[in-house]
Amino acid sequence: MRMQSTASNNVIISPNSKQFFRRLKEQKYLYMMVIPGVIWMIIFNYIPMYGIIIAFKDYNIISSFFEAPWVGFKHFLDFFRDDWFPIIMKNTVGISLLKLIFGFPLPIIFALFLNEIQNSTFKRTVQTISYLPHFLSWVVLGGILITWLSESGMINELLVNMGILDKPVAFLGEPKYFWWIATISDIWKGLGWNSIIYLAAISGVDVELYESAIVDGAGRFRRMWSITLPSISGTIAILFILAVSGLLNSNFDQILVLRNPLNAPSSEVIDIFVYRMGIQSARFSYATAVGLFKSVIALMLLLLANWVTRKLTGKSLF
Amino acid sequence: MRRKFLARRTKGEVVFDIVNTIIMIVICFMMLYPVWYTLVNSLNDGTDAMLGGIYWWPRVFSLDSYKAVFADSKIFRAFGVSFFRTIIGTTVHVFFTSMVAYGLSKKYLMGRKYFMAMGTITLFFSGGLIPTFLLYRSLGLLDRFAVYIIPAMFNFYNLLIFQAFFREIPDALEESAKIDGANDFYIFFKIIIPLSKPVLATIALFTGVYHWNDYFAGVIFINNPDLQPIQTFLYRVIAETTSVQMLQNMPAGIRTTSVTSQTIRLATMIVTTVPVVCVYPFLQKYFVKGMLLGSIKG
Repeated sequence: MRMQSTASNNVIISPNSKQFFRRLKEQKYLYMMVIPGVIWMIIFNYIPMYGIIIAFKDYNIISSFFEAPWVGFKHFLDFFRDDWFPIIMKNTVGISLLKLIFGFPLPIIFALFLNEIQNSTFKRTVQTISYLPHFLSWVVLGGILITWLSESGMINELLVNMGILDKPVAFLGEPKYFWWIATISDIWKGLGWNSIIYLAAISGVDVELYESAIVDGAGRFRRMWSITLPSISGTIAILFILAVSGLLNSNFDQILVLRNPLNAPSSEVIDIFVYRMGIQSARFSYATAVGLFKSVIALMLLLLANWVTRKLTGKSLF
Repeated sequence: MRRKFLARRTKGEVVFDIVNTIIMIVICFMMLYPVWYTLVNSLNDGTDAMLGGIYWWPRVFSLDSYKAVFADSKIFRAFGVSFFRTIIGTTVHVFFTSMVAYGLSKKYLMGRKYFMAMGTITLFFSGGLIPTFLLYRSLGLLDRFAVYIIPAMFNFYNLLIFQAFFREIPDALEESAKIDGANDFYIFFKIIIPLSKPVLATIALFTGVYHWNDYFAGVIFINNPDLQPIQTFLYRVIAETTSVQMLQNMPAGIRTTSVTSQTIRLATMIVTTVPVVCVYPFLQKYFVKGMLLGSIKG
C-alpha cells in the first residue's frame, strides 16, 4: 500500500505521537505476529538472565527470590576453592581442546577430498551416509559405545584376539581413556554434518579458477591448497570463531551418557558439575555461580577469537 | 565442466582417485557399521548373543527382543510421549517461529531494530541451567508435558533462517495482495507459507529431530515416569540398567533365554533410530539449504 511504502522510506520514527499511533494502527497485524515472540523471549530468555543474580545471593528453597540475602562473590570464591575446581577445569578445557584440534580440521579435509570425487552419484551417496550419525541421539550412540567398550564388548574381543591386549580392559571404567573416547565419538558424529557448509562453500568456487590452474599444470593437491582452501577461508574463519567460543561448552548430552563414577576424575566437566550441584543437590546459588563463570569466560573467548581472526585473516563475525 | 579434463588424467591423478574412493568407502563403512552391528545383534537370540562374535549377520535369528519391546507397556508409553512431543512440538515451533519471523522481516515495522537486537543477544548469552530450571518451576512447568513444547516453541536462530528465506520472496506478490485489501495474516498464511515449503521442511526436520532425540528435558524437568520420552527411558536403562525389571515384565511366552536385557536395549535403540534414519535422506536437499541460510546469517 502507499502508506506502507512511505513509512518504509521514512526511517526515523517521528516524535509526533499522532503519526506514531497511526502507524501503530497500520501495523497492528504485524504486531500481533511479533509481540508473542517478544513476550516469549522476555519470559524464556530474559527472565533466566535476570535470575542469574541468585549467583550473588544465598538462595534456597525456603527463602524467596527477593528475600535471599546478598553474599557478593562468595559462591565464586567457594567454587575456586572447591577440590573439584582444578579437575573440572582441566577436563572441560582438555576435552574441548582435543575436539577443537582434531574435530575442527577433519570436516574441512573430508569436504576437500569428497569434492574431488568425480562420480556425482557416489559423491551424493557418501554425503548422505556421512550425515547418518548426526541423526542418532547421544543416548543411542552412548549405548553402542558402552556395549562395545565393555570388558566383554567387541573392541576388547578384537584387541585380545589380535594379541594387542593380554586381557580385556573396561575402557569406560578407566579415566585415562575418557577424553579420547569423548573426542573420537564426537568427531564420528559430526564429521559429515559439519562438512555441509564447507561443501556448499566449495561448490561456489569459480570453476574457471580450476580450469586455468589445470592448464598451468597444477595437480590435485596444489589446486586444493591454492584455490579451494583460500576460497573458503572466510567460512573457516567464522566457524573457527564459533568453535573457540564454545570451548567451555562441553557436550552435556554426550558426557552425561558416557560418564560413570569410575571415570569421574576425567569426565567431570563444568556442565555436569552444574547439573550435579544445582539439580541433584539443589545448591541453586552455587550452581548458578558456576554456570555464570562459564558464560562469562565463553563470551570473552568469543570476543578474543573474533579479534584474533580479524587481525589474522581480515574476516570476522562482527 | 571438469569432465572434459578427465581424458588427460595423469597416472598420479588416477592413483589419487583410487585412493580417495577407497578412503570414502572406509568412511561410509565407519558411519554405517555401528548401526548395522546394533541391528544384527538385536535380531539375534539373546543368550547366543552373549557369547559375542556377531559382527556381520545374526547367528541365531530371533525377533523375540522386538516382541518384548512392543509388549512392554512402559516402552510403549515412552514411545507415545516421544511421538506426541515430536508432532506437537514441531508443529507449534514451525508455526510460531515462522510467524514471528515474518512480522520481524518487515523493515518498516516500528521498533524492529530493538526486537532484533533483543533476539541477537540470546544467541550469545543465556541464563543457564539453574535459573531456567527455577523459572520452569515457578511457572509450574515441571512434570508437565508442556515443558517439552512451550520452552521449545521459539528459537531466534531458526527465526534468522526463516527471514533469510522470506527475503527471497518477491515483494510484488505481497504488494498486489495488499492492494486487493488482504491483511498481513492473510498474506502470511495464503501467500508466504505456501511459497516457503523448503524452509518449513528444513526447520521441521531440525526441530523434529531435536524433539525425537532429546533426553535432557526428560531427565531434568520430569520425574513422572509416565511422561518420559523414549530417549530418557533409554538413558535410564543404560545408566541405571533397569532392563532386569523389563525382563520380569515380559509376557510368560517369551520370558525364556531368547531375550536378554542387552538385546532388549539394542532392539529399543533400533526402534528409536529407524524413524529418523528413514526420513532424513529424503529431506537432504532441504536441510543443506537450511544450513546455508543459517550460516549466511550466523
